[in-house]
Amino acid sequence: MRRFFPLVGRWLLPLALAIWLPGLAQASSTADHSKFESLKGPFTSAPEVTKACLACHTEASHQVMKSIHWTWDFTNPDTGKRLGKPRTMNSFCGSPLSNEPRCTSCHAGYGWTDARQQPEPVQENVDCLVCHDRSGGYKKVATDAGHPLYEPRMMGGKSVMPPDLAKAAQSVADPGRDNCGACHFNGGGGDGVKHGDLDTSLVKPSRKLDVHMAADGANMTCATCHTFNDHIPSGSRYDTTAKDPHGLDLPKDDHNRATCESCHGDTPHQQAKLNDHTDRVACQTCHIPEFARGGVATKTLWDWSTAGRKDADGKAVFIKDDHGHLSYSAEKGDFQYGENVRPAYYWYNGVTEQVNIGDKIDDSTILRLNTLHGDAKDPKARIWPFKEMRGKQPYDPELKTLVVNHVFGQDDSAFWGNYDYAKSIKFGMDYAGLPWSGKVGFIETRMTWPITHMVAPKEDALKCGQCHTRGEDGRLAQLPGFYMPGRDSIRWLDILGYLALGGALAGVLLHGLARIVMNRKTRHD
Amino acid sequence: MIKRDVMIYTRYERFWHWSQAVLIFTLFFTGLGIHGTHSLLKFGQAVTIHTTAAYALMALWVFTTFWNFTTGQWRQYLFKKGIIKVIRFYAWGILVGEPHPYKKSLQRKQNALQSLAYMTFMVIIGPALWVTGIAYLFYNEWAGAPWSGDALWGVAVLHTLAAFAMGTFVIIHIYMTTTGKTPLHYVRTMITGYDKVELSEVEEAYLAETKSVEMR
Repeated sequence: MRRFFPLVGRWLLPLALAIWLPGLAQASSTADHSKFESLKGPFTSAPEVTKACLACHTEASHQVMKSIHWTWDFTNPDTGKRLGKPRTMNSFCGSPLSNEPRCTSCHAGYGWTDARQQPEPVQENVDCLVCHDRSGGYKKVATDAGHPLYEPRMMGGKSVMPPDLAKAAQSVADPGRDNCGACHFNGGGGDGVKHGDLDTSLVKPSRKLDVHMAADGANMTCATCHTFNDHIPSGSRYDTTAKDPHGLDLPKDDHNRATCESCHGDTPHQQAKLNDHTDRVACQTCHIPEFARGGVATKTLWDWSTAGRKDADGKAVFIKDDHGHLSYSAEKGDFQYGENVRPAYYWYNGVTEQVNIGDKIDDSTILRLNTLHGDAKDPKARIWPFKEMRGKQPYDPELKTLVVNHVFGQDDSAFWGNYDYAKSIKFGMDYAGLPWSGKVGFIETRMTWPITHMVAPKEDALKCGQCHTRGEDGRLAQLPGFYMPGRDSIRWLDILGYLALGGALAGVLLHGLARIVMNRKTRHD
Repeated sequence: MIKRDVMIYTRYERFWHWSQAVLIFTLFFTGLGIHGTHSLLKFGQAVTIHTTAAYALMALWVFTTFWNFTTGQWRQYLFKKGIIKVIRFYAWGILVGEPHPYKKSLQRKQNALQSLAYMTFMVIIGPALWVTGIAYLFYNEWAGAPWSGDALWGVAVLHTLAAFAMGTFVIIHIYMTTTGKTPLHYVRTMITGYDKVELSEVEEAYLAETKSVEMR
C-alpha cells in the first residue's frame, strides 16, 4: 500500500488538481445574474435584494439560518459546552452584548440588535450580498447591525456613499477572498488584529505569502478549502480537526476540505523521514514558519487596564507608534503588535476549552481563555503552531467572573466617550442579566489562536535543524514529553560517553609517550 | 621454520575492513552531529548521510557474516587462552622491549585480546547499534503503541551508549595499530594483505605447491 500511494501523490494527484482546481477557482455558471429582470432594482434596502434572491433560491435562507454565520451559536461536541460570540470570551474587544449594532455589523444578516436572543428568523434578513457580491461595492457599515449605508454619511470627516445595491445584486457569484475577508480579516476591530494569519494582504497574496491563494498561482479562495455544504462552512476553531485520518478526499469525499490532508494526504513528502512526522506534527507547524507576513501587523497585546487616560485639557489620549499603529488608545488601553511573528507551539488534539462569560475563573494566576487539550501521549494530538495573544482585561474580583463591558453607544455609560469602567460594566452586566459585585479588577489573560493560513512555498518551510537543535531558540525547545534527536540528550549518558572517549584518547597518548620514553632508555642502555 | 611474506588478509577481508572503517567514521561524525555534540552539518544533511551509511554498513555486515561462515574465518574470533599475558605485554612488556607473547600463524591471525575485542565489537556493540538504529529508523511503524514514547528514550539511550562504546573502541584500535614492528607496520599489512609469518617447511611446500594462499 505504502509503495503505491507515493505514486498517487506524485503523479496522479497533481494531474487531478491541475484539472480540478481552475474549475474550482472560477466555476462557470449557467446563469448570468445581470440578465435577470428581478435584479435590475432599484432597491431601497438590502433585505429587498435578499427577497429577490430567495424568489429563485428558495432554500438558501433556511440553510444560512442553520449556519454559525447566522446563529453565532455552537455547542462543542467534545466538551458539551455552548459557545458562540454572545457567550464566549476573548482577549480582544470583550462581549458583543450591549454593543450590538457595532459588533453585529459582522452578522450574516440585518438588524440583529439584541444578541441576548437568537436573531429573528426573518427570511429577508439573511445577508446574501456580503458573501456573494462580486462588484466589490457592497459593504456593511460598521455600526448599523449588519446593514450597509442607504444614504451618504459623514464618517471620519469624509462623506461616504451608499453601495449600488442593484449593481451588487447583478454581480453575484461564488465568494472571493475579499468577501470572507470583509469580516474575517477584520476580527477584533481592525485589519489583522485577531488571527495573525488572516488579514487584507490575503486579498491578493503573493506566492511567498500564501502558496494556495496566490493570485498568480492556484488562486484558491477561502471556500476552496472551507467547503460549504448547504451554506454550512467546514473548518472550525471551536471544534478543530487537529489530525485528519480520512486523508485524501478523493475518491471518497467527506465534503470537508478544511484540512491539508484533504488534498495532500498524510504522506505528501518524497522523503520518507519527512512523512514520518505527519502523525505527530501538523503540516502548519513546518509550512507556516511565521504569521502576519503580508505587511499587516497583528495585535499581540491588549491591556484594558490602562484605558481611559486623558491629557491636561481633559481630552482622551491616543498615541501612535512609528508604524502608524495605535500604541495607546484611551478607548481601549495599551497595544502591542507583531509582524512576521514566530508562532508558539503546543500539543493539540482539536479539543479546546473556552471560557464563557459568567464562568467562575481562577484569578490566582494568568487566565487561559482557551485551554488546548492534548499532549505527547495522546495519539490524536499533533504539534500545532499558535498565535499567543496576551491580554489584561476587566473582571469581577469578588464573584470571579469576567465582565461585560459596554463600550459602544450614544449614552452616558458607554466606555468609549465616558471612560468610566464602573458605569460601563454596570450597564453591560445589567444588560446581560449577570451578577456583578460592583468591583472591577484586571486579570492577565492568554489566548491561543491556531495558525493555519499563510502557508508558505515549500522552499520556505522550516528546516530540520530549527526544531532538532539543542539551542534554546529551537522552535520546540519548550515542548516537553517526548524524545527528539538533536534536542534531547541524557546528561549522565553524555558525561559517561565523553569521559570514555576522552579517557581512551588520554590513555593511548600517555601509553604512546611512555613507549617513546622507555624505548629511548633501552636504546641508551 | 622459515619466515615468509604470506597473504594473511584476503582481498575481501581488506575491502570489508576499510569500507567498514569509512562507514563507521561517517556514522560517528554524523551521529555526533545529530546528537547535538557539534553543528558542522545541517541536521537534515546529517540524518540523510547517517541513514545512507547505516544501510550500507548493514549490507556490508550481511555479506561479511556470510563470508565469515562460508570461509570458516569466524573461528578466528573465538576465545583464546593467554589473554592475561597479552594484557600484561601491552601494559608493561611493550615498554621494556619484551617480545610479544603470541606468534602470528595462518590459523591464528589474532592474539587473544584482539579476538575478544573483535568478538565484543561483532556480537555486542555492532548489533546494539543496528538493532536500535533500525528501531529508530522505523519508529513510525511502532509509534502507535502506548509505550512507544518511553521506549524511544530507551532506544536513544542504548544507541548513544553503543555509539560511545564504538568510538572508544575505534580510538584504542587505531592506537594499537602503531604497536607493530614500526608504527605503520600493521596498517601496511591491512592495506597489502601480506605479513611475515613463520611457516614450517611442510607448510611452505604445501602453500607453494597448491597456491591456496599467496606467498611472496
